[in-house]
Amino acid sequence: MRKSLWLLIALMLVVTMVATACGGAQPPATEQPQATQPAAPEPTKAPEQAAPEPTKAPEQPAMESTGLAELDAAYAGDYAGTVVSMAGPFTDEDAVKFNDSVAAFEEATGIDIQYEGSKEFEASISIRVDAGDAPDIVDFPQPGLLGNFAKQGQVVDVRSFMSGDYLQGQYLQSWLDMGTMQGADGPIMAGIWARFNAKSQVWYPKKAWDEAGYQIPQTWDEMLALSDQIVSDGDTPWCVGIESGAATGWPATDWIEEIMLRTTSLENYDKWTRGELPFDSPEVKNALQILSNLWTDKYVYGGQAAIVTTFFGDAPTPMFENPPKCWLHKQGNFITSFFPAGVEPGVDYDFFYLPPIDPQYGKPYLVAGDIYAMFNDRPEVRATMEYFTKGESLKSWLAAGGALAPQKDASLDWYGDDIERGVANLVSQATSVRFDGSDLMPGEVGAGSFWKGMTDYFSGNADMDTVLKEIDASWPQ
Amino acid sequence: MQEAVRNNVLWIVFGATLSVVFGLLIAVLADRSRFENIAKSLIFLPMAISMVGAGVIWNFVYEIKDAASPQIGLLNALWVAVGGQPQAWTAQLQPWNNLFLIVILIWLQTGYAMVLFSAAIKGIPGELLEAARVDGATEVQTFFKIMIPYIMGTIVTVSTTIIIFTLKIFDVVQVMTGGQFGTHVIATQFYRQYFTNRNFGYGSAIAIVLLIAVIPVMVYNLKQFGERRAF
Amino acid sequence: MAANSANSKQRQKLISDIIINGALFLLVFVWTVPTFGVLVSSFRTRFDIQTSGWWSILPHREWMKVNEFKPDKDLDRDGVMTIKGLQGTFKEFRKGIETPDGTRVTWIGNKRLGRIEVQERRWTMRTDLTLENYTNVLSGKKYALKDAAGNEKIVRGDNFWGAILNSLTVAVPATVIPIMIAAFAAYGFAWMNFPGRKILFVIVVAALVVPVQIELVPILRDYVKLDLNGTFLAVWLAHTGFGLPLATYLLYNYISGLPRDILESAFIDGASHFTIFTRLILPLSVPALASFAIFQFLWTWNDYLVALVSIGSKPDVQVLTMRLAEIVGSRGSDWHLLTAGAFISMILPLAVFFSLQRFFVRGMLAGSVKG
Repeated sequence: MRKSLWLLIALMLVVTMVATACGGAQPPATEQPQATQPAAPEPTKAPEQAAPEPTKAPEQPAMESTGLAELDAAYAGDYAGTVVSMAGPFTDEDAVKFNDSVAAFEEATGIDIQYEGSKEFEASISIRVDAGDAPDIVDFPQPGLLGNFAKQGQVVDVRSFMSGDYLQGQYLQSWLDMGTMQGADGPIMAGIWARFNAKSQVWYPKKAWDEAGYQIPQTWDEMLALSDQIVSDGDTPWCVGIESGAATGWPATDWIEEIMLRTTSLENYDKWTRGELPFDSPEVKNALQILSNLWTDKYVYGGQAAIVTTFFGDAPTPMFENPPKCWLHKQGNFITSFFPAGVEPGVDYDFFYLPPIDPQYGKPYLVAGDIYAMFNDRPEVRATMEYFTKGESLKSWLAAGGALAPQKDASLDWYGDDIERGVANLVSQATSVRFDGSDLMPGEVGAGSFWKGMTDYFSGNADMDTVLKEIDASWPQ
Repeated sequence: MQEAVRNNVLWIVFGATLSVVFGLLIAVLADRSRFENIAKSLIFLPMAISMVGAGVIWNFVYEIKDAASPQIGLLNALWVAVGGQPQAWTAQLQPWNNLFLIVILIWLQTGYAMVLFSAAIKGIPGELLEAARVDGATEVQTFFKIMIPYIMGTIVTVSTTIIIFTLKIFDVVQVMTGGQFGTHVIATQFYRQYFTNRNFGYGSAIAIVLLIAVIPVMVYNLKQFGERRAF
Repeated sequence: MAANSANSKQRQKLISDIIINGALFLLVFVWTVPTFGVLVSSFRTRFDIQTSGWWSILPHREWMKVNEFKPDKDLDRDGVMTIKGLQGTFKEFRKGIETPDGTRVTWIGNKRLGRIEVQERRWTMRTDLTLENYTNVLSGKKYALKDAAGNEKIVRGDNFWGAILNSLTVAVPATVIPIMIAAFAAYGFAWMNFPGRKILFVIVVAALVVPVQIELVPILRDYVKLDLNGTFLAVWLAHTGFGLPLATYLLYNYISGLPRDILESAFIDGASHFTIFTRLILPLSVPALASFAIFQFLWTWNDYLVALVSIGSKPDVQVLTMRLAEIVGSRGSDWHLLTAGAFISMILPLAVFFSLQRFFVRGMLAGSVKG
C-alpha cells in the first residue's frame, strides 16, 4: 500500500514536470518589460529631437505624421520588439475584441501589447501597484479608483507628453475635465478615455410595442402616462433588477444619477459627485422620491420585492416573452448582450432616450467608460497611450460592437450596428454629457455605501432619511 | 464593523459547530454502513468544487422568481408547493439571512471534518469496540464512552481548524452577496477597506482582531500541547 | 431460548442497520441534491435553465395549450366577462379559471391584444438536453467579430485544456512540498524536546489565523525584489507558506497520537530520530498524509487569489479558476456555462480523492500495535 502511495506521488511529479516543461516553451510571464530591456531608450526624449520621419518605413504606405512624437517614432519602427504591459477588467469577449483592435498597431510598430484581464481586477491592481509591480498601462472602468492612485503620485501626467491643444482636438472638454484629477502635487491629467458606454437608453420590445400602438414618450410625464396606459391594459410596464452580486444596487444608482441630471443643475451634479452636495440634501431626496414613485408594485414587474432580487442581466428577459410581461427597461448599451439569443435589433427591440423631467436642464446623457492611465514612463508606453487617443484605435471594436468611441475623430460610419450608431449619435447631440456619478465618487461611497443604501432602501430594510444619512457618513474624512 | 463582528459570531456559533457535528455524525454512521465509500465520496464532493461553482449551485437553490412564474430555485419551488410566497432567502429577514449563507459553509466543510474523523475512527482498535459490544454496551454508549474519548485529540484539532476557517470566512459571502443585505463578515470588510477603499491601517488592525478572537482556542491547544511529554 | 435470543439479536442488528443506513442516506441525499441540480442544468439550454427548474426533466403535470382564440371584441374587459361559459374579471382570467372537467381558461397578454388559451393538464417532461455548454467550455467560446466591411470572422476563445495543465503544474508541487516539510516539523513537535518548542507551536497555530488577503501585498513585494513574480516557483512557494501551518498542525495531531510504546522500544533499540521518522512514523502516518494531501490539493486547485497575485492572469499562465470565472463573459451574461465548467473543474480533484481514499482503512495501526 505504501509503495503505491509513493508511486502515485512520483507519477504526479512526473506529470508536473512534463507540464512545466510545456510551460517553458511559452515562457511564463517572468520577464517584466523592465527586465528584458536593460537598455531602454531614454524616456525623456524631447519631442523636437525625435523629429518625425514619416516615410522612413516604406512598408507603411504613406504614413502621415500623427503630430505626436512617440507615436510617429513607433510607426517608424523605433520601438519594434518592445513590450507594453496592460492590466484591466477586459476578459472573455472584451479581451478578444481588445486584442483585435490593437492588432493593426502591433503589426505596424512591432510593439507587443500584453493585456492581462482579470475578474478581480480591483484587488489585483491594488496589490501590484503597492508591491511595486505596476503594469505600464492600467485600464480603469471606475475613475474613482484611479483617483486614489493619482493622489498617491503613482500616475504619470499625460500632459507631460501630449499638449492640451492636441487633447482638446481629440476629446470634448467634459471628457478632459473628468480625466483631470488631483495628483501628488497639483491637478494632473490622470488618463485618457479609451471607450465608453451610454446609459440613458430605455429599451422596449419593438414588435409587440407597435402592435399595441404605444408611442415613444418625449417627456417624463408622457412616460408616466404611458406606464399608466400599460397598467390599464392589464400589464406591468417596467422591468427592473438591481441584483449584481457584490455590486448589487448599481443600476439603482444609475437611475438616481439620471434623475439628478434631469432635475437639478450640472453644477449641483458635479458638487454632488465631489461630496460637496450631501445625499441628505433636498435635490438628492427629490431624485430618490421620483424613483420611488416609479418603482412601485403597480409599475414594476414582479412587484417591488423583485427589484433587489432580480439579476440585472435577467431583468429584461420577460420583455421578450410572447406577449411581453414588461415593456420598458432602462440600461446601458451593453445590456443587449444579455438579451435572449436570436432577438434582432430594430425588429424585436429598439430604444428611446430617457425623457427629460424639467425642460430647463436640457437633454443630458449619462455615460460610463474606461480610462487608461500610465504607470511607467517609457517611450513605447507613451506611443501606445498616444495611439489610444486616436479614434482609429477603436475602429475594429466599433465594427464588432460593444463599445462607443469618445474620440472626436471616430466616424459614425465605423459602427457595426444601427443601435450603437444611434446611441453614439444621440450622445453627440446631447446638451450635456456626464459621467456615472457613483464611479466618480470615492470607492467607499460609489462602490460601497451608495450601492448598499439603494439596496437597503428598495428592499424595505431602511427608510429614505436613514439611508441618505448613512451614505453621507461613509464619505471619507 | 459591528455588523461584521455580529455576523462572524453567527458563523462560528452555527457554521463551525454544525460542520463538526455533521462531520462526526457522518463519519460514525459511514463507518458502520456497507455504503461507506459512496456515502463519504458524496459528502466530500462539495469540497472539490471551486467557490465559483459552489456559488452557481447555491444560486439554483436560493433563486427567486416572481410569484407568477415557475420557480427555478429549489427552495422556493418547495416553499411555493406548500403554499408559501416566494422568498429572497439571502436578502430578507436580516440578520437571519446569514443562516442561509452559513448552510453553504456547512455543506462545504463537513467533508473536511468527516475525512479527519473517519481516519481517526479507523484508528480505534477493532478489538476495543468489539469488546465493548460483547459486554453489552449499546451503540450510543460505545459512541460516548469509547469513541469520543479515543478521538478527543482529533476532535480538538478539527474544531480548532474549523473555527479558524470560519473566522476567516470570505469566499462564501463574497460570491453570494458581496456583503450586501447585512451579511458582511470581518474578512469581506477588510477586503473592501483595503482593496476598494485603500485604507491601509485597516489590514493590520483586522489581523490583530482575528488573533485576539482566537486566543481562547490557542490557550486550549497549548494546554493540550503542554501535557505531552516528548523524548 | 438460545435460538430466540439469536433471533432477537439478528432483528436488533437489522433494525440498527436500517436506522444507520437510513440516516446516512438522508444526509447524503440532502448534501447531494444541490449539486445534482446543477449537473442536470449543465445539460440544459440557457433558456430552459432560466425558465424552469431542473426537476422539470422529470415527468410532471403541466398546463398545456389545447386551443386558442381571440376574445370577442365587445367583451367588457374592465368588468365581469363570460368566456366559454366561465365568469370572471380580467385579473381572474389572467390567473386562469379552472372548469370542473379539468381544463383551464387563461387570458394571455394584455386587455386589448390578448388571446384566450384553453389548457389541459398533461404529463410532460422537458428532455431536450444538450452538450453545448460542455463544448463551449472545453473547446473555447466562439465569437463572431464583424469587421468594417461587414464580414464576419469567427474567433475562438481560450479553451480549458491549457488552464487545466497550468492548474496541475501549480497544484501538484504545491501539495507535495508542504507535506514533506510539515511531516518533519510535526514529528519534531510531537516527539522531540528542544528549546522554544512551545513558542514555536504557538506561532504555528497563530499563523493559521492570518487571512491570506492580508499577506498578498508583502509577498508580491518580495517576489518583485527577488525577480520571482510571474513564475511557477513563486506560486509554489506561496502555497507552501500558506499551507504549512495547517499541514504541521494536522500532522502533529496525528503523529502525536501514535502509541508511545512503539517509539519507546525503538529508542531502547538505539534508533535515531531520523530512522524512527522514516522507518516508523512515515508508514504509520499514511492516512493522515493522504488526507492532508487531498485537502491541500483541493485548496491549491481551487485557489484564485494566490495564483492571481503570484503568476498573474495572462492566458498562457492562467489557472483553471480564472478561466472558470471568465467564462461568464465580460458582463456575466454567460453564467449558464458555469454549470458545465464547475463539473469539468471537479473531475481531477475527485480522481485524487478516490485514489487516496484507499488509504483510509481500519487496521493500519492494529497490525503494528500490540493492543
